[in-house]
Amino acid sequence: MSIELKHVTKQFGEVVAVNNVSFSVKEGELIGLLGPSGGGKTTVLRMIAGLEVPTSGDVLIRGQRVNDVSVQHRNIGFVFQSYALFKSMSVFKNIAFGLKIKKWKRAHIQARIEELVDLFGLQGLEKRYPHQLSGGQRQRVAIARALAPKPSVLLLDEPFGAVDAKIRQELREWLVKLHHDLNVTTVFVTHDQEEAMEVSNRIVIFSRGVLEQVGAPREVYDQPANEFVARFIGVMNILEPEVRDGVARIGELEFPAHGQPDGQKLRIGFRPYAVQISSDLTQFRYHAVLRHTFFLGIMLRVELELPSGLVLRARMSKEEYAREGLYDGREVSFHLRQYRVLARERAALSPETELRYQQPPIVGEHI
Amino acid sequence: MAGTPKQRRRQAVQQSQRGAEETPFVKWTLIAAALLFCFVFLLLPLVNVLAQAFYKGAAFYWESLTNHDAWAAIRLTLLVAAVSVPLNVAFGLTAAWAIAKFDFRGKSLLITLIDLPFSVSPVVAGLMFIVLFGLQGFFGPWLDAHDIKIIFAVPGIIIATVFITFPFVARELIPVMQATGTDQEQAALTLGANGLQTFWYVTLPSVKWGLIYGIILCNARAMGEFGAVSVVSGHITGQTETMPLRVEKLYNEYNSAGAFAVASLLALLALLTLIVKTWLEWRQARDFTKAQLLQPTAATGAREGGSELA
Repeated sequence: MSIELKHVTKQFGEVVAVNNVSFSVKEGELIGLLGPSGGGKTTVLRMIAGLEVPTSGDVLIRGQRVNDVSVQHRNIGFVFQSYALFKSMSVFKNIAFGLKIKKWKRAHIQARIEELVDLFGLQGLEKRYPHQLSGGQRQRVAIARALAPKPSVLLLDEPFGAVDAKIRQELREWLVKLHHDLNVTTVFVTHDQEEAMEVSNRIVIFSRGVLEQVGAPREVYDQPANEFVARFIGVMNILEPEVRDGVARIGELEFPAHGQPDGQKLRIGFRPYAVQISSDLTQFRYHAVLRHTFFLGIMLRVELELPSGLVLRARMSKEEYAREGLYDGREVSFHLRQYRVLARERAALSPETELRYQQPPIVGEHI
Repeated sequence: MAGTPKQRRRQAVQQSQRGAEETPFVKWTLIAAALLFCFVFLLLPLVNVLAQAFYKGAAFYWESLTNHDAWAAIRLTLLVAAVSVPLNVAFGLTAAWAIAKFDFRGKSLLITLIDLPFSVSPVVAGLMFIVLFGLQGFFGPWLDAHDIKIIFAVPGIIIATVFITFPFVARELIPVMQATGTDQEQAALTLGANGLQTFWYVTLPSVKWGLIYGIILCNARAMGEFGAVSVVSGHITGQTETMPLRVEKLYNEYNSAGAFAVASLLALLALLTLIVKTWLEWRQARDFTKAQLLQPTAATGAREGGSELA
């Protein structure tokens, strides 16, 4: 294990920023810490770095407990959200700083920086000062500076937060490639789920200081541990039907609920892609009006309004949309391919509560 | 249609400029008023000081500056500045660091206290130290018993000057340090630097200009302070007389040529300070312009995009 957190809690006065968090990062992994602002993810990153001290619990780097090891001696590379480049130093001196502090020989420093400048595409910028660089260049200098002393772990706080959307996409791909080339254990913080999904090997999801789920992007998307994760990762329709006579109903929609007591409310969640739409009104059981169409490039998202006023979000490809001859205001029939019963927020989602819907017209399967 | 497209464009430009600009009359009246004011109240007195100083000839001027007592006053003034400026630099750095980098109870009180010397009359400040360290004062008997002289001696002058020049460095540094934040220091720590290295390589360079500016102002005031120093010095010629005090004494003795000779030297110091300040500002502006010229152009931006994709 490269990094390990064991029951780590961090309090700032009365506020519990991080609550009993445990997870581990394997050597060479690229891990995204994901969560809404104030979720505690940056605090976790700073505790790994040694910029914050846990109130309780242990932080281990390469098997060694580092709670009492100061930030200077943890051998980590940290990239700040603002990049925190030394304004009074040139690019060369910025990257050389860590090496100079560690008393590398001048020739070695020179060689290491040439290597990094090549790797990061910073040729010709060595003499520039931070304020003479573009946002993307600054970020690359910041990462080069953090990597120069060959840290055992690279930590990045919101690495793509400060650049505009177009460059952000390029930087993501670049970070993945960099990680692939260098294979240094990397942990980054982001509040952008799409970014976390695209870049990381595994995602650690936080909200309000609590670890919600750890898993590969596919895993947290397909098998969200709880409602928070389900809602945070991707778009999800969430309904609260009430049980009567073994069937949970909301508006026109019905879900089987054998053995559930009358009056109980279930929480049902399904992804937009699980809604199948047909312009043939006889094909599926439920009817609705297509209210809005949102163009998302190759995919489209549509809003369906049921006669009862219930609104669902569905997703389909452009071709499907054209084939069915859909347009805003058109009446359609639809069914749910798959859905799942969600546990309340935080409560673990046990497999027994997951329902399988077998009879037509609704064909269910495990998500 | 009036005129060619080019002419019309020029007209449009002129019209748009007129919108934001004053009429020439207002503009030149304001400039003339400002220049006249500077001439009457700043330049004229300065020229007059020099004229008065040389009123009895260059030999007298030279003698007024090089006689034993004048030389003692010059030396004392330089000594006071040499002690109080470093003290206030140390204090200013500490206070600015504390205020800019930490949150603590009583922070606003500390900021107010730093400004205190600006609001207290220098004479009152001097009297405060008489009350504290004078023979009848709070520490007076104890100091007397240990044969330590503060009031009517050089230590008193230094203490009074330190008090008066207290805010200059801190006041210059606080906004600069607040604007810089702590990110760069934290970055230095993550790269293995200890506290001292962080301060020396990161903090100090980032506040360099504010610090130099503060030192210049502090030094100017330390050399020129009259009120507080006058109260605590005792005016002992050749011992506790600084240049401003000597100017006043000579003037009261109707030796106006001598007074103005010393005054001209003080004015020269002030001028030097201003020149250094202007030069520093010019250098800073030049660095900034150079930086602007080196900003990445569209062409380098495109190239950079390519390398990011690579």
